[in-house]
Amino acid sequence: MKTTITVNGEARTLDVDPRVTLLDALREHLRLTGSKKGCDHGQCGACTVLVNGVRINSCLSLAVMHDGDQVTTIEGIGTAETLHPMQRAFLTEDAFQCGYCTPGQICSALGMLAEVAENWPSQETADLTAKIAFTDDELRERMSGNICRCSAYPQIVAAIRSAAGELA
Amino acid sequence: MTSVIDWETTPNPVKENRAGIIGKAVDRYEGPLKVTGTAPYAYEVEPPSPPAYGVMLSAPIAKGRITGVDTAAAEASPGVLLVWTYRNAPAQGPRPARYDFFTPSPRPALESDQVYFFGQQVAVVVADTLENATAAAALVNLTFEDGAKAVIFHDHYDEAVDPPGEKDVEIGDFEQAFAAAPVKVDDVWRTPLQNHCQMEPCATTAWWEGDHLTVHTSVQMVRFAQNSLAETLMLPHKNVRLLTRYVGGGFGGKGSFYEDLVLASLAARELGRPVKVALSRQQMMHGTVHRPATEQHVRLGATPDGVLTAMSLMTITHCDRRGNFTEHASNFARNLYAAPNRLTGHRLVRLDLPVASAMRAPGEASGTLSLEVAMDELAEKLGMDPVELRIKNEPPTDPETGKPFSIRQLVRCMKEGAQLFGWDRRLPTPGQVRDGRWLVGLGMAAAIRGNFLLPAKASFTVDADGVITVKQGMTDIGTGTYTVLAQIAAETLGVPLGDVRVEIGDSELPPAPGSGGQFGAATAGSAALDAGMNLRKAIAELAVGDAASPLSGGDPAQVTFQDGVIAIANRSERLSDLIRRNRPDGLTADGEVRPAADAGQWSSHTYGAHYVEVAVDPVTGEVRTRRMLGVFAAGRILNYKTARSQLTGGMIWGVGSALTEGNVVDARYGSLINQDLAGYLVPVQADIGEVEAIMLDEVDDKANPMGIKGVGELGISGAGAAVANAIYNAVGVRVRDYPITPDKLLAALMAAGR
Amino acid sequence: MRPFTYERATDAAAAVKSAAETPNAKFLAGGTNLLDLMKLEIEHPNHLIDVGRLPLAKIEDTAEGGLRIGAMASNSHVAADPRVRARYPVLTQAIVAGGSPQLRNKASVGGNLLQRTRCAYFYDTSKPCNKRAPGSGCGALEGLNRNSAIFGASHACIATHPSDMAVALVALDAEVEVLSPAGQARSFPLMELHRLPGETPDVETHLIPGELITAVVLPPPPKGGQVYRKVRDRASYSAGLASVAIAGGRMALGAVAHKPWRAAEAEAALASGASPAEAIGAELAAASANGRNGFKINLISRLVPAAVAEAREPGRGA
Repeated sequence: MKTTITVNGEARTLDVDPRVTLLDALREHLRLTGSKKGCDHGQCGACTVLVNGVRINSCLSLAVMHDGDQVTTIEGIGTAETLHPMQRAFLTEDAFQCGYCTPGQICSALGMLAEVAENWPSQETADLTAKIAFTDDELRERMSGNICRCSAYPQIVAAIRSAAGELA
Repeated sequence: MTSVIDWETTPNPVKENRAGIIGKAVDRYEGPLKVTGTAPYAYEVEPPSPPAYGVMLSAPIAKGRITGVDTAAAEASPGVLLVWTYRNAPAQGPRPARYDFFTPSPRPALESDQVYFFGQQVAVVVADTLENATAAAALVNLTFEDGAKAVIFHDHYDEAVDPPGEKDVEIGDFEQAFAAAPVKVDDVWRTPLQNHCQMEPCATTAWWEGDHLTVHTSVQMVRFAQNSLAETLMLPHKNVRLLTRYVGGGFGGKGSFYEDLVLASLAARELGRPVKVALSRQQMMHGTVHRPATEQHVRLGATPDGVLTAMSLMTITHCDRRGNFTEHASNFARNLYAAPNRLTGHRLVRLDLPVASAMRAPGEASGTLSLEVAMDELAEKLGMDPVELRIKNEPPTDPETGKPFSIRQLVRCMKEGAQLFGWDRRLPTPGQVRDGRWLVGLGMAAAIRGNFLLPAKASFTVDADGVITVKQGMTDIGTGTYTVLAQIAAETLGVPLGDVRVEIGDSELPPAPGSGGQFGAATAGSAALDAGMNLRKAIAELAVGDAASPLSGGDPAQVTFQDGVIAIANRSERLSDLIRRNRPDGLTADGEVRPAADAGQWSSHTYGAHYVEVAVDPVTGEVRTRRMLGVFAAGRILNYKTARSQLTGGMIWGVGSALTEGNVVDARYGSLINQDLAGYLVPVQADIGEVEAIMLDEVDDKANPMGIKGVGELGISGAGAAVANAIYNAVGVRVRDYPITPDKLLAALMAAGR
Repeated sequence: MRPFTYERATDAAAAVKSAAETPNAKFLAGGTNLLDLMKLEIEHPNHLIDVGRLPLAKIEDTAEGGLRIGAMASNSHVAADPRVRARYPVLTQAIVAGGSPQLRNKASVGGNLLQRTRCAYFYDTSKPCNKRAPGSGCGALEGLNRNSAIFGASHACIATHPSDMAVALVALDAEVEVLSPAGQARSFPLMELHRLPGETPDVETHLIPGELITAVVLPPPPKGGQVYRKVRDRASYSAGLASVAIAGGRMALGAVAHKPWRAAEAEAALASGASPAEAIGAELAAASANGRNGFKINLISRLVPAAVAEAREPGRGA
């Protein structure tokens, strides 16, 4: 099926089998392999991308569902020469080891900051009617959809804190 | 042969650390690629032409044979290029009767109609697209004869045997001393089967040029995998080039390799085009290796003032029917505490389960979950502080062999940790500290993990731009290999870090054993240091012998290397100028390291102390880890940033071991019931509070020429025990069957009338 | 995944018409559960009707003082809606206890209600499961059934419904609005949406084939405190061992039955002045364990009084 998705600002038209997931369309068809396949079932978060600015698991979405959507992958966030502040913070804080979950963590972190800015609640939010107190516990809960088996969790918290300050 | 004495007495650039690059918390060398998603992992490498996609089918029985094969529907399915089962898979090298972890040997795929474990790969389908291959794999129709199987560990203790080549170790008379001891602990702990759950599933991209194979895969040991693959394919080793530049987590589970590597290689040859094969997450759970379950019997006997008189840790564990891997959970107990009467050993039960093998800190990770809790129990019975009890039983020399320690700072780790953590605020009586619905507790445990050095080679090349290239068939599985090799090169040759390139993960590079057993940095780094020193020597000799060099005629031993400049006193020139004039194609030197002949004269380990604060809801049995501190002594630290991450990562693995991780076996099917990341629960961000790892200043001159040791596995050793001890301090009940999940803790609380 | 055809529905009427006309068609909303199951060949529709962009995502006040939540609203949007947070905090709490932020951003309200069990024997196609393969048996019954149902199970199936959101909606006395294949709208109490397993655990709801959930309607918030408590093996991103939603005098339990379990006995006991412990004891009289899930009875008997106490704290009301 003909499907046009704007990926990292560029309109890309694909003729895909309806079975192709958004993740496989990015990785195998567009050769944007920064989005990772860790579980293929929404259980790890390594495939996290931003669709119209919102973070989702690209493994549990079909490419054809995204005709007309704006998709941002890790490749659209910054390059090795011009790192985005979030990428720079992950590097500086050593917020990864093997690096396989990292693109998903970074996309998720950016999506998460947008959700906090929108005052979306989480399981850690005590007062649902007040402005979010963006504590470390809030940050941790909101990043719990991204597993890091190397367990760089404390460094990820530090990196997001640091970048959030810079991006604010 | 080399001697430890030479290591101790010979100066080298890492020890001198003139530029201060050794130990510096520099960012990861390959970090910019990883944070931008541009580091290509095995499945992402761009092959020379569009690849075909392979998908494997796994056996749905634990033991038996394939009785029927019908591949017609799969073969007729759109886009299918090839369907293989044991009936038509290409001939491969024969499987040895038993594997030795370090000896390369053939690992044929789809070799026969026999099924040895649930999830064994029994067919592969290759098609033009991943979707077509996946759909067709489900159409392969195999029928099986399901045989009688033994899969439940505790039902087969009567079949337990001594592990190959091993006997129990007894010092003194344990039974008599234990019987006579006035204060005793005598309990049994169980640890479950665990899975590595690396974020990157095993994957391979393979292609051929003539009879030469190029294969990108995800493994920890380059040479082992390359040799084994060549022998599987019945090819000379040199015909196979194996690359593994980025590895999405290993933890021991990629120490070997799996059918993705063999079948991608075979199918690429058959089809004459590149082929990619990956395991699914579900296939990772059964089709790779796991840490086997253990039952550990700990008996401690002590005098009323806390002197251990008898100590025993006996472990029963299991491996697969054809294997001989043993989870040596009792080994570390031979080195940790003084006690004149000691008994340690292992029993092994062979089961029809998937293959057991090494997982992060094999032995210590399981064993500390019993002994380090038993010490907590003993401290309580004695009315002693757990730290004091451990200090009281600190041995002056290795408690079993009497050998001197190369260096041992365990007591200092415990003392500094206690102070930094605020251990004096711990109330010895459990259940005293409430915070809302939570009861808060503190726990501690000691950490110990062995130190190893294996043979390795490396080469260093300096080019006409003064850039140093390190080449080594080593891997970086998230450990920081790229980065520490770059640091060693920069420090050794006196160049900025930015002027170092590191090439690893390629079988055509000088061989190194790979990543495992926390031997990676010491082994690879020592070989690199040797190459660097040899290159210094070659450069110095080149300079003093070059009439055009300001250094001409000088003493090569006096040449210094700093900021890309070589000098003798005030005579100097840029390194790049020398090389450009004399060796425009570059100057290379090789290096190697071998274990010292006399290294066995010392007892050499890494040590640490864990302090943990947990909160437990006594109503529901939920546990939250709030705060963890580890203080470690592990030799010279090459990079405080990457080493700290290794240690905190290991500590968090300890939380998983204590609280959530474990595969459960259904006896009827011989399969693991939790087969994915929704069923096998590794910690998530919200499970982990504040975590800090402190590294003591230390140099272990007897460990290797750099005086470093490993940190990749030390962090997990003891961490789970500290969590368990903190839970006890919070609520006053113990669960000795890991993981300590809410259902078990609730049962213990209710049994205690709470 | 087996091959299928795909269409994006332009309006709800066209969607239900297509579903009626196409054999083995399924609606696709967020996809977070359906695609998971299709990859494992547990679900294998021939045709997907993408209803994700139908204009059914609005959250609107009703004339009765309640809220109508469009079935295509994302879980995250519902949880974040200021009216939901102020008037139905138990719903927000339940939603944010489920899945992960990424899943909640994609998952729809309708899809959440229709998500299928997480029972390991349902997920493993090498095992018998009457829900997945009717007549094959229940692997969980004699198996590792730690997380199976303690209420309303049958010998054919002991699976639980995994939704957190639905537990809160049941406690809030929500109704569902549906559109039939013939284009007829109807509504009924959400409590009547899901079935107990009985002999046909593969039939999970009382929807007629091809019916599309279009909205969930909340009545005005009940008087009294609201709270959702979920106990699980890890702190986040995992299924519940047990959960409870309290909304005033109403109570529902999660992860304990084939459907969100309205604790009617406990409600009645509380209304007649019983203590929370006595009340949940009355409810649990009907519970039965299947081996490894017996702890859920103890867990609920302790969790519910704690949750009731929490709901009675000041400031917990709507």
